Amino acid sequence: MKRAAWAGVLVLAVLLPFFFSSYRVSQFTLVLAYAVAALGLNLLVGYSGQISLGHGAFFALGAYTTAILVAKSGWPHLATIPVAAAICFAAGFAVGIPALRLHGLYLALVTLGLAVATPQLIKRFDGLTGGTQGLSAPPPAVPGFLDFLAADQWIYLLNLVVAVLMFVLAAGIVRGKVGRALVAVRDNQIAARTFGVDLARYKTRAFALSAAYAGVGGAMFAISIGFVAPESFGLALSFSFLAAIVVGGLATVSGAIFGALFIEFVPVYAADVNEALAAVIYGGVLIVFMYVLPTGVVGLLRRLGARVRPRKGEGGEHAGTRFERGTADAGDGAGERVRAKR
Amino acid sequence: MERFVETVIDGIATGSIYGALALALVLIYRSTGIVNFAQGEMAMFSTFGAWALTQAGLPIGLAVLLTLAASLLGGMIIERALIRPVEGSPELTLVTVTLGLFILINGLARWIWGSQNRGFPSMFGDGNVTVAGVSTSLESLGLVAVLLGVVGVLWLVFQKTKLGLGMRAAAVNPAASRLVGIPVGRMLMFGWGLAAVCGALAGVLVAPRLFLDPGLMGPVIIYSFAAATLGGFDSPFGAVLGGWIIGVAEALAGGYVDFIGQDLKILVPLAVILSVLLVRPHGLFGSPEVARA
Repeated sequence: MKRAAWAGVLVLAVLLPFFFSSYRVSQFTLVLAYAVAALGLNLLVGYSGQISLGHGAFFALGAYTTAILVAKSGWPHLATIPVAAAICFAAGFAVGIPALRLHGLYLALVTLGLAVATPQLIKRFDGLTGGTQGLSAPPPAVPGFLDFLAADQWIYLLNLVVAVLMFVLAAGIVRGKVGRALVAVRDNQIAARTFGVDLARYKTRAFALSAAYAGVGGAMFAISIGFVAPESFGLALSFSFLAAIVVGGLATVSGAIFGALFIEFVPVYAADVNEALAAVIYGGVLIVFMYVLPTGVVGLLRRLGARVRPRKGEGGEHAGTRFERGTADAGDGAGERVRAKR
Repeated sequence: MERFVETVIDGIATGSIYGALALALVLIYRSTGIVNFAQGEMAMFSTFGAWALTQAGLPIGLAVLLTLAASLLGGMIIERALIRPVEGSPELTLVTVTLGLFILINGLARWIWGSQNRGFPSMFGDGNVTVAGVSTSLESLGLVAVLLGVVGVLWLVFQKTKLGLGMRAAAVNPAASRLVGIPVGRMLMFGWGLAAVCGALAGVLVAPRLFLDPGLMGPVIIYSFAAATLGGFDSPFGAVLGGWIIGVAEALAGGYVDFIGQDLKILVPLAVILSVLLVRPHGLFGSPEVARA
């Protein structure tokens, strides 16, 4: 059932660029980049329970890695993605080490600082980054044997391949030993340690992995836009990633897709009414979802699905659906909260 | 030497603003254990309120007083309507809700007043005082005086009134306070109200030095976070002193360390936050967090 749903989504995603205008296709291309970044943030926040308000920084790092390698060293676009991932993995690891000693609110503070400093740092090192002028790295050209594709369709499909790989990888991680360990760390550190989970190792790895995802998302962003500038990577970007995972559903893999659609299209339509409306909606949605829908859109769908068809024990992505205050019918995977409610 | 002293005094004046906002953060953290990310935006909104009142023809002093009263009410309403339902939730929920509030208030301000920046009148005039070759603006002196006044009033309220006693009790032990008949919910509401007043004061003090626009408090809140972290998140005096230290450090670093300059000034508070949290997480005057494993 689940497999069939994913296959259906994939078929739709592949066919999508042939049914929309080139403007819409470029928007969907960005959705893919945001989805990968949001997925990374969700691995950290949703599964391992560490808060980061600064994932825009890793997104920027990935984007600039790609843009600089393409524009200044003439690398092929796709080859820059593993480099962006590796650099962001290292950067995430570096942030993850102090994060071990900071929990909850304090980690939120420090990572918020990271988000605030990002545009300033980009401007300061203008020799490398082009400063406020930005840096342009022309998008990849359509290869000869695929010349029936328009440029925007080609870039979309390129991003789709990367995104699918990243999602499959994440689904595997979450379902396996690592995912279970992360959920255990999130829900009850003492119990996790008792079962032999090395807390420090898993927490720093989660941070590094999550940053690498954000970096890949950034690289995809740079490839699709063909231009990077400090203004794209401000506080608002980090906040919208958070909005994406809250809307999509914390501790879900598929939630990143809903979240990415939300943060790409809501501002576009809201801008028709007022340029500030998007912010009002984001803020309102963050608050309202925390009250009425803490499991996000995916949680809602699952609850509806559970009502329609009789429940069977399902593992897999269920790991960690219920972040908090979940009602009793959400799932029975490894992710249910172990800790008693206060 | 004169330049150095002037830089330091300027730093203390700016630091007083950070201190006022840090005080607001501390008030809320002490009573509810929440770091209110929206504090700066609440202050910005209040400042726009004061601006709108002066535009309507009110003198600046009266406009500020009315704004402070409205902020008290506004803070209480926010606590009751938005924060109470998630009280005691996991940290991620609290962070998300106050961040949501941050984005929401910022969006509302941009919607109502637009993004262009405006001048905001100073409450202290433009005069200068020169003592022993060191020149200080009246405004700088006024800033420090206002902050000290706020601290004095808060100290009196908390230490000498029944209301203050109730608020302290509610913060220390809500359950026991309820048993002895203290309306804990109302105390928390009042705490948020007081915090909003401190924030609003910081807003109307900083606005004349910068320009009033919806991004007004963005940098200020970061410095205030640093001040509160440095002083200890549950110590009001720490917040004030932290504000001064951060203000002076900022002024000196921006003026004397070339590598930092204007672009990277923002790294000063960040470095402070990170190093304090790593070396002494409870800050200079805060009480260490004790947990039973």
